[in-house]
Amino acid sequence: MKELTCIVCPRGCRLTIDDELNVTGNSCPRGAQYAKDELTNPKRMITSFVRVKNRENTVVSVKTSTSIPKGMIFDVMNEIDKVRVSAPTKIGDIAIKNVLNTGADIIITKNIK
Amino acid sequence: MEKRDLVIIGGGSAGMAAAIEAKKNGIDDILILEKDDVLGGILNQCIHNGFGLTEFKEELTGPEYLSRFADQVEELKIEYKLNSLVLDVSENKVVTYSNPTDGVVVCEAKAIVFATGCYERSPGAIQLSGDRCAGIITAGTAQKYLNIHGFLVGKRIVILGSGDIGLIMARRMTLEGAKVLCVSELMPYSNGLNRNIAQCLNDYDIPLYLSRSVLRVEGKSGRVEKVVLAAVDDKLKFIPGTEMEFECDTLLLSVGLVPYVSLLDKLHAEMSSTRGAKVNDQLMTSIPGLFACGNCLHVHDVVDFVTDEGRDAGRGAANYIKGLSNKSKHIEVKPGNGVSYVIPQFIETDLNNDITFKFRVRKPIKNVFVNFKSGEALIHKVVKPVLIPSEMVMIKINKDKLKDLPLSEIEVSLEER
Repeated sequence: MKELTCIVCPRGCRLTIDDELNVTGNSCPRGAQYAKDELTNPKRMITSFVRVKNRENTVVSVKTSTSIPKGMIFDVMNEIDKVRVSAPTKIGDIAIKNVLNTGADIIITKNIK
Repeated sequence: MEKRDLVIIGGGSAGMAAAIEAKKNGIDDILILEKDDVLGGILNQCIHNGFGLTEFKEELTGPEYLSRFADQVEELKIEYKLNSLVLDVSENKVVTYSNPTDGVVVCEAKAIVFATGCYERSPGAIQLSGDRCAGIITAGTAQKYLNIHGFLVGKRIVILGSGDIGLIMARRMTLEGAKVLCVSELMPYSNGLNRNIAQCLNDYDIPLYLSRSVLRVEGKSGRVEKVVLAAVDDKLKFIPGTEMEFECDTLLLSVGLVPYVSLLDKLHAEMSSTRGAKVNDQLMTSIPGLFACGNCLHVHDVVDFVTDEGRDAGRGAANYIKGLSNKSKHIEVKPGNGVSYVIPQFIETDLNNDITFKFRVRKPIKNVFVNFKSGEALIHKVVKPVLIPSEMVMIKINKDKLKDLPLSEIEVSLEER
């Protein structure tokens, strides 16, 4: 038996999961999936920024298109740090395709004119 | 003098929602005044995800959320002015603002919506003791430096206050290479979401110390060198002998938000214990034609509720401009046992079919009745399994239930089951 706080949405349900991966305490199916993933292959969304080449002291926010393995968070952060983009930027533009073969793209989340 | 039907002060979530709703309710001549160089307010720096679950049924980052409203403002051709600071608002609804293009402009409005947001409590506000050195900075300011401009304000960080901004910044600064030594919380419980404690602290092994606060800051060199924490008792007094020392270069403060209402204060609008203005069911303040919504009315925890409140104020202002919002009564809404405030503070019109009462409890409490009483008469009763101060409660009551009250007042109180 393991107790977890669900991070899928701001509700933050208290989940319990047993060795056979039966989940209780969840309010939605996403919570059950989260608990199972958390025990077998924990994943996280990452949000950060990349620097904008042609604007002084300006960065543009980015996110992973899907969650990535928790153990790779800092490796992915390193990749994000290497990238530079040019303004204008548009929400949905891809800054890195399939970052470190995780299957997740690094996507721009802010429009900068 | 410039003339407008509706002037909205603040182009963040509340202000944009108010403008869009007023436009949809037939008000065409709208001007949004925004002091920053972009629309969106604080969401511009909230680059983490988790916004919009109620509104859009998906999890967006702050900038993505705000862009959906900024796009609507453009599509609806609502006029807005950036870099525009409001200098004065008078009781007869004259707004004075300035910006680099127009200089100082005086503008007469039929109605004004205040959507000015909130500010962070400062070191002075919590009587932080110790050296007055560099490196003491509010979490929101550090967030702006990092997420807008790309500057990390420190390398070894202690965070005081476990509200969501403090938790989010603990993770952000860790991801960017800083070492966050701990988060310290004065109260015996965190004011942040459980989810944020899990994904922002536990994921990175950042300890959370409850019932502990900063005893003193040391920084004789001119920069923070050490932060000393100590435990507090149930009267929040420091307990000698419980000191913990942390060598660090930065103390981040996430110790509460306060509605930003200096413009309204000056007009002697009736103020509430939230430190925002008192409003009626149309979100109109005690000064006719002046409305308030969002974090300048009361500090919210979920942006979707700010958006909704902005819409309510936009509709309220549209009703007022169209001459629909005649006051037919004056029922005062008061917080009772266990409740710190209730919004709206007055019910004065019959325009809404349902009135949504928004309130917060004083401390975490389980298994209670929320009672709405007028004198001895019980108007409405709801069971709640858990209520905590950091989550705003919303209870909707049909206006028919509010007819023929024995007294011209309603008290909202908690009763243990």
